Amino acid sequence: MATYLEFIQQNEERDGVRFSWNVWPSSRLEATRMVVPLACLLTPLKERPDLPPVQYEPVLCSRTTCRAILNPLCQVDYRAKLWACNFCFQRNQFPPVYTCISEVNQPAELMPQFSTIEYVIQRGAQYPLIFLYVVDTCLEEDDLQALKESLQMSLSLLPPDALVGLITFGRMVQVHELSCERISKSYVFRGTKDLTAKQIQDMLGLTKPAMPMQQARPGQPQEQPLVSSRFLQPVHKIDMNLTDLLGELQRDPWPVTQGKRPLRSTGVALSIAVGLLEGTFPNTGARIMLFTGGPPTQGPGMVVGDELKVPIRSWHDIEKDNARFMKKATKHYEMLANRTATNGHCIDIYACALDQTGLLEMKCCANLTGGHMVMGDSFNTSLFKQTFQKIFSKDFNGDFRMAFGATLEVKELGVGGTSQWKICGLDPTSTLGIYFEVVSQHNAPVPQGGRGAIQYVTRYQHSSTQRRIRVTTIARNWADAQSQLRHIEAAFDQEAAAVLMARLGVFRAESEEGPDVLRWLDRQLIRLCQKFGQYNKEDPTSFRLSDSFSLYPQFMFHLRRSPFLQVFNNSPDESSYYRHHFARQDLTQSLIMIQPILYSYSFHGPPEPVLLDSSSILADRILLMDTFFQIVIYLGETIVQWRKAGYQDMPEYENFRHLLQAPLDDAQEILQARFPMPRYINTEHGGSQARFLLSKVNPSQTHNNLYAWGQETGAPILTDDVSLQVFVDHLKKLAVSSAC
Amino acid sequence: MSMMKPAGPLGAAAPGGMLPQGPSPPGPHQFGQNGAHAQGHPPQRFPGPPPVNSAVSSYAPYSPSTPSSYPSPASTSSIAQLGHQLSAMHVNSYGSGMAPPGQGPPGSPSAPLFQGPSQPPQPSIMQPGSQVLPPPPTTALNGPGASPLPPSMHRQDGLPGPAPLNAQYQPPLLPGQTLGTGYSPQQAANYGPQMAGGQLSYPGGFPGGPAQMAGPPQLQKKLDPDSIPSPIQVIENDRATRGGQVYATNTRGQVPPLVTTDCVIQDQGNASPRYIRCTTYCFPCTSDMAKQAQIPLAAVIKPFATIPSNETPLYLVNHGENGPVRCNRCKAYMCPFMQFIEGGRRYQCGFCNCVNDVPPFYFQHLDHIGRRLDHYEKPELSLGSYEYVATLDYCRKNKPPSPPAFIFMIDVSYSNIKNGLVKLICEELKTVLEKLPKEEQEETSAIRVGFITYNKVLHFFNVKSNLAQPQMMVMTDVGEVFVPLLDGFLVNYQDSQSVIHNLLDQIPEMFADSNENETVFAPVIQAGMEALKAADCPGKLFIFHSSLPTAEAPGKLKNRDDKKLINTDKEKILFQPQTNVYDSLAKDCVAHGCCVTLFLFPSQYVDVASLGLVPQLTGGTLYKYNNFQMHMDSQQFLNDLRNDIEKKIGFDAIMRVRTSTGFRATDFFGGIFMNNTTDVEMAAIDCDKAVTVEFKHDDKLGEDSGALIQCAVLYTTIGGQRRLRIHNLSLNCSSQLADLYKSCETDALINFFAKSAFKAVLHQPLKVIREILVNQTAHMLACYRKNCASPSAASQLILPDSMKVLPVYMNCLLKNCVLLSRPEISTDERAYQRQLVMTMGVADSQLFFYPQLLPIHTLDVKSTTLPAAIRCSESRLSEEGIFLLANGLNMFLWLGVSSPPELIQGIFNVPSFAHVSTDMVSIFFRCFCGNVQRNVLCSCATTYYKVKKTVRHIVLYKKENLMF
Repeated sequence: MATYLEFIQQNEERDGVRFSWNVWPSSRLEATRMVVPLACLLTPLKERPDLPPVQYEPVLCSRTTCRAILNPLCQVDYRAKLWACNFCFQRNQFPPVYTCISEVNQPAELMPQFSTIEYVIQRGAQYPLIFLYVVDTCLEEDDLQALKESLQMSLSLLPPDALVGLITFGRMVQVHELSCERISKSYVFRGTKDLTAKQIQDMLGLTKPAMPMQQARPGQPQEQPLVSSRFLQPVHKIDMNLTDLLGELQRDPWPVTQGKRPLRSTGVALSIAVGLLEGTFPNTGARIMLFTGGPPTQGPGMVVGDELKVPIRSWHDIEKDNARFMKKATKHYEMLANRTATNGHCIDIYACALDQTGLLEMKCCANLTGGHMVMGDSFNTSLFKQTFQKIFSKDFNGDFRMAFGATLEVKELGVGGTSQWKICGLDPTSTLGIYFEVVSQHNAPVPQGGRGAIQYVTRYQHSSTQRRIRVTTIARNWADAQSQLRHIEAAFDQEAAAVLMARLGVFRAESEEGPDVLRWLDRQLIRLCQKFGQYNKEDPTSFRLSDSFSLYPQFMFHLRRSPFLQVFNNSPDESSYYRHHFARQDLTQSLIMIQPILYSYSFHGPPEPVLLDSSSILADRILLMDTFFQIVIYLGETIVQWRKAGYQDMPEYENFRHLLQAPLDDAQEILQARFPMPRYINTEHGGSQARFLLSKVNPSQTHNNLYAWGQETGAPILTDDVSLQVFVDHLKKLAVSSAC
Repeated sequence: MSMMKPAGPLGAAAPGGMLPQGPSPPGPHQFGQNGAHAQGHPPQRFPGPPPVNSAVSSYAPYSPSTPSSYPSPASTSSIAQLGHQLSAMHVNSYGSGMAPPGQGPPGSPSAPLFQGPSQPPQPSIMQPGSQVLPPPPTTALNGPGASPLPPSMHRQDGLPGPAPLNAQYQPPLLPGQTLGTGYSPQQAANYGPQMAGGQLSYPGGFPGGPAQMAGPPQLQKKLDPDSIPSPIQVIENDRATRGGQVYATNTRGQVPPLVTTDCVIQDQGNASPRYIRCTTYCFPCTSDMAKQAQIPLAAVIKPFATIPSNETPLYLVNHGENGPVRCNRCKAYMCPFMQFIEGGRRYQCGFCNCVNDVPPFYFQHLDHIGRRLDHYEKPELSLGSYEYVATLDYCRKNKPPSPPAFIFMIDVSYSNIKNGLVKLICEELKTVLEKLPKEEQEETSAIRVGFITYNKVLHFFNVKSNLAQPQMMVMTDVGEVFVPLLDGFLVNYQDSQSVIHNLLDQIPEMFADSNENETVFAPVIQAGMEALKAADCPGKLFIFHSSLPTAEAPGKLKNRDDKKLINTDKEKILFQPQTNVYDSLAKDCVAHGCCVTLFLFPSQYVDVASLGLVPQLTGGTLYKYNNFQMHMDSQQFLNDLRNDIEKKIGFDAIMRVRTSTGFRATDFFGGIFMNNTTDVEMAAIDCDKAVTVEFKHDDKLGEDSGALIQCAVLYTTIGGQRRLRIHNLSLNCSSQLADLYKSCETDALINFFAKSAFKAVLHQPLKVIREILVNQTAHMLACYRKNCASPSAASQLILPDSMKVLPVYMNCLLKNCVLLSRPEISTDERAYQRQLVMTMGVADSQLFFYPQLLPIHTLDVKSTTLPAAIRCSESRLSEEGIFLLANGLNMFLWLGVSSPPELIQGIFNVPSFAHVSTDMVSIFFRCFCGNVQRNVLCSCATTYYKVKKTVRHIVLYKKENLMF
């Protein structure tokens, strides 16, 4: 058997699944003693160019409480044309179309390499995708212009038969009718009054109209177009119209007096968007895309008042319970998010402003519906423009990398029941953390040598409007934690575990005080070290961790310092933004977020990854740091001097020019690939933006241990934060302590 | 109701006719017997009074009638008698008395009545048109004087049916009665020997008229209609004596010429009668005296009245930052009544007698008679009317006002689209917007315009000049209307002309497929008001509406038209608004200077009483076109619209009427809103709107000082200037009742009576109101008889010269459909007329209640002048003639059945009477070429049209089998 590392990688590539433990403890008690929970990261729509979907429907277990899908792990009696469900052990008859199956003639879903398989559902009407733009008009002129251009551009990227709609808002909310000729028409709503979905539909005339006048004009064709057609139109029909409409879009005309914020009715606008889709296209693929350039300042969902002298809430205010509008606003957006999720739609938030925009309150809209959240300084930045463009990028098949109305169902041996979640929006990198509980009691453990199976069933609407079901069935061995601890230990996936623990931590941080979360995280780490470390009691120097655990404490160290758990220096919006992305990126990206990657460029050799440590900051190096959200290029002191002297322009120093260019090229590559586009920072020794680098590296040298000051060994960081060394030392001490 | 006073016994004299006799017109006629409203008023209701000549019918100049004919006159209060007589007169006019040739509709409700009272218990009671009389063909046109028939009448019922006009005609002749020719002997017998001219001197009376005495009872049945004082004669007489002259307003208490008389008015210290007219120009000195006479003390003020071009427009006084000079105590404005003393350093206020310092900037020396040297240089010292430029203190929030805005709000529901109205309005707006009113010195109008269409939702339009095409914003939240856009809604017409034209072209098409039947109304007004509020300017909403607003929204109305309420104490409910939404809306509108003008195009009941409330309280105008038909009514409507847009108007106005000590203004009637007892607030006031103010004593008045009235109107001009318009008027005071009666003006009295009665309609049963009117009239006359006239026979009715036609006019008022309900007159029409009268000036109300009847067939084709009007009575209509009847609201053309074919040919271009159809009305007014006869007739009608801008409907009636 290959190493676990290879096994894990294979599994991830094939099924998009990574477990914290690849051998499962056989009882509940054992599982809890493992400290790191039995959990997995699942990327349900992992791109699988090698996996063409099958054009038929899955075979389901006939037991109504089970409904598991036929998979390679099922036992099949080819003669009797029976199969046994490996979850509930129900014996099922194959459907008539399967009469010809035999050992040599198996359907794809029974072949082991199709542990993940995708079915295309042929039944049911197919609805076009829906994109509803919700656009803030309280923007600066050039911001609005840039946004308008981006939106106009996006029309050309949409599938031609997709339906688009436009809602604009400022002090009022306008729902634009798109089908009109000659005169542009919109329905206008007060920005301060929340309306129920029913009211919205009534006011927009979306309720089925009685047709008393029909007889009066018999000449008219009787066909009744879709009631919503006025507001949602196929792109190919109205792209000219809509382009003009967007072009004529004016800034919110209501005067904003000195010392006031513009009145922005984001809450009502979103409510109307949700209500519009709710009534007309429930359970179809729809994206509400909210573009906002500032905080909601009036009506339901307002986050801050319009007086500029009262600043928007900070973490400080929140801790002091001083955020007047936060609870109410959050409740409003949660209500909207829940309704949206129920309808299978999703909400994207594109917030571009220098100050906060209320992402903290609105985050649930994106979080609960699988929408995107993008934060930037202005719509007039490449960060927004390219990120937005990337949303409409296409995969190898020319399909959009987005899925709608997704639900995930997990079937698991030993539980018997099923669990379902509504995810709505999904993209190929969306990754879910799923935490399991072993329910077998300690005195009746799962029999040795058995295999536990889990089936993930993801139903979604593909961007081609097809309804699809992706089924992944995996199995892992059960092991008795007492006798086979080494097995279990060896099957530990520390990367997955770190991310899963981090997700738990972030989840807790949403509702608990920061220090509590850190304490919990520390305790978990200590317990893990106690459980799996090799040491002599009360002797820290004897402490060892096996290879499969070796990196874990380091991840935890950086996690503690990460913006996901530390709110210091971050606004509530930024925290929400970081956490949002952390909770949905795949394992690799998540690890970058926890522990940024640092590359060093020098004349001494090819670029190499170096320790994220202050000792890596050297005068004759160029550093490239990738924190997922930021790409920082940092030029060492000497490099800066060289550049100032203009060596790069001298033909004889061409290599220096190449050296300067290399990190830029690499950075571009990352920028191109990533969503959302990271902030790109090009700085140098002594530059103000160097702080982005300095705040991330491990402060191995600080003003407190000045021995390295001014030496070639790196740059001291002016911080009181503990360094990794100190952290690990403490950890060892605590792990071996019997008092703990 | 303010005018009712308990009538004390005033002697036993039974009223008897005694009047100077005018020239007797040929043919018997009884004036003012109109309409068939008798149902429910059987003559038996009027027993008791001794047989007298009806007040109106006895016009023999003072004849010692035979007292024997009046049994125990002393036993009854003369007032009561007069009252009974008046009401008898009034009621009888609806009775069966009138039996002109013609057929009554079978089963006419009045028929049984006709039979019943034919044997009245008191045969001696003289009731004009009494049942026993062979009545002359007196039934006048129904419309004029009472209630002009809405055109709907003849349209709705498709014409062949009996129209109310003639419904009255009672075919049967009573035994012993003859028609037509039979009159002369009776008439002759009717009048006793002539008396020598009465002791009352009637300046401008009818010299040489045969004086007749009221005949003996058995003869009194036969009244000579010509013996009734003729309004025509009175008008002609005043014209003859004062017409074409210069009337200078330099004398206190001077009674001006009648409204019907053309003359040039020169302001010499008192406001022109065009601005203020009083019921009397001599106030009684004490309140006791006022109570005794019961003559209402009132002024009808029309502050923005149009002045003919040959009279001087108002001067504008500008004191710069100092603002107008005002009395420190009562805040009266500087005017000719201020007395300068102490060498010009101080002045005594003529209103409150407070002595004020003259502000330094205003100081001027006095001449030898104590007049300032600059007396004739300063309009405020020498003129009755002038304007001040107001300072910022007089502005809202101390900010100069913005120029007003006009917002056009068009009902685009199915019916309006279908009948082409929307298209018509949109087309017309393109033209009229070119003619927005502007200040004289300005090149373009400062008025901004905005557009809203609506059915059960509202559509706002952005017509900003830089847009390629208009933008429409649909407001569906009618429950809580707001203004969805600021910039681009109210625009300068010139700047946005192309976008506006684009919009007006599109509106009819945009809603061409609309099936929407339901409309909202209150939210429409609300939206306009909010828009003006947001733009911080006053303005006017032009609403074009056609149906009962039944859509779910504030101000939603239901059809509550209930004929069963008629003639019950609950009838007043029909005149009250259905919900108080409109009341509070009107209040808001006034508070923000938002005037609402409503054009109504109803095809059925729309609840004018509710819909019209806001227009009325905000100084707007209500126009109503029943069953609007493009080819018939569009010209009419367009003229109204043009006039309304172009007419002189002031916005955001507050009027204050100050008086000298001893009396004060107590009650106000008109298109006004009052938050307190003194400030008359008007969102706007235009040149056609008058406010009637009633005065009461609160102390004695001195004969020397007289009674002074100052009316100040603070308003915003169409150019956005804040101004004060001041009108001053001085009246005499006297402790002699005769002086009081001598200075009365009947036209103003009727205006006052009409408005106070129409206001009371909301709160009191109509019967009570009618009684009050009758009693007060009787009381006024009785008081005169008792105190001013020489002793005369109790049977004689003695009328002061100034009130000669009061009974006639009062009768007209009593017969107006507001005060007297008839089932065939729609509730909406009554509410409409009620509202219309409330803002009328004296000239309008005079014409409205006593319409002009022009014998077209006597037209001199070579002359451009109109034929002389004749007395407005049905008996004056001859079968050979063609008559035009106009009351300022409607015009009726009446064709006699034997009108000369050449006239018919000339006018209608059809060979004979039988070929004429009602549709030809439009031909009638459209043709301007060809035939001379037609030409003249047209010019006659159009001249009339121009003179009376409010002329509304033109209805054609043919006299043929009653109606067609």
